[in-house]
Amino acid sequence: MEPEAAKLIGAGIACIALGGAGIGIGSIFGNYLAGALRNPSAAQEQFPNLLLGFALTEATGLFGLVVALILLFVV
Amino acid sequence: MFVSPAHAASPAPADGGIHIDPMHQFEIVPLIPIEVAGLNLSFTNSSAWMLAVTLLAYLFLAVAMRRGALVPGRMQSLAEISYEFVRNMVQQNAGKGSMPFFPFIYTLFLFVLCANMFGMLPYAFTVTSHIAVTFALAIFIFLGATLIGFLKHGVGFCRFFVPHGVPVFLLPLLVVIEIISYLTRPISLSVRLFANMMAGHAMLKVFAGFVAAMGFLGGWLPLGFMVAFTGLEIMIAFLQAYVFAILTCIYLHDALHMH
Repeated sequence: MEPEAAKLIGAGIACIALGGAGIGIGSIFGNYLAGALRNPSAAQEQFPNLLLGFALTEATGLFGLVVALILLFVV
Repeated sequence: MFVSPAHAASPAPADGGIHIDPMHQFEIVPLIPIEVAGLNLSFTNSSAWMLAVTLLAYLFLAVAMRRGALVPGRMQSLAEISYEFVRNMVQQNAGKGSMPFFPFIYTLFLFVLCANMFGMLPYAFTVTSHIAVTFALAIFIFLGATLIGFLKHGVGFCRFFVPHGVPVFLLPLLVVIEIISYLTRPISLSVRLFANMMAGHAMLKVFAGFVAAMGFLGGWLPLGFMVAFTGLEIMIAFLQAYVFAILTCIYLHDALHMH
């Protein structure tokens, strides 16, 4: 296989990480909504935790993106 | 990392259409070339924007607090809100005895926030979209937190890597995993901020390219997306500064209280 082709395929495969990030973010917001509907008075307190969890989960998908970019531009 | 835009540029369209390179905005250009003993210490556009960010943060607080009225005005309220916001964050996440480190975390939060927000201006350079900047911040946070841990607990800080209530035969494996996860902290902290900023700004440029490419009739749809994404990016800019500061608090908590 051409090294250039292998790089492009590798970069594409690295983007699968976004699937995991999608599942994680959906799970976070879904569970927050479920909890907030059961106990609306406690929802506001947990909002910073929601954002923290969202940002931490989103980062795992972006790690995959960084791998893809390294494969494309650096290797 | 993305110094050379030549790799990112795909061949320009033959029909002379508009070509937009999403990686061009991350290019570092030396403004005042300085070379000391073979080291490239040039004053670059990154340094210039970093200086602007620091000045903005300083001026914001200096102007807002110049009167120090008992009943705050609009600017003073803003400064007090940001102060209280970070103080609550430090108190809640870093635990007892963490207030001596509050000035550092407040400075860190304000710097990252201003850098991220400055990046949202058109034609601006996002300082935090380069891993060199974020990694320098993260490695000093990591080394500082580890130093505080060893100064406070002595050699006993090594117990931090031994989880409680685990069967003895699993310990050799778990200790190694704990140490590895501790050592990856500066990498994950820096890559999180840099990847978020870089991916967001590259995405904005890609959509801007769609607007230009689809012309006057078709370009309105991506333009609408652009407006929404810009709002999202401003939220992300704040959120990443918040996450950077809160993770610093959590690492500090580990160093001060171990568990």
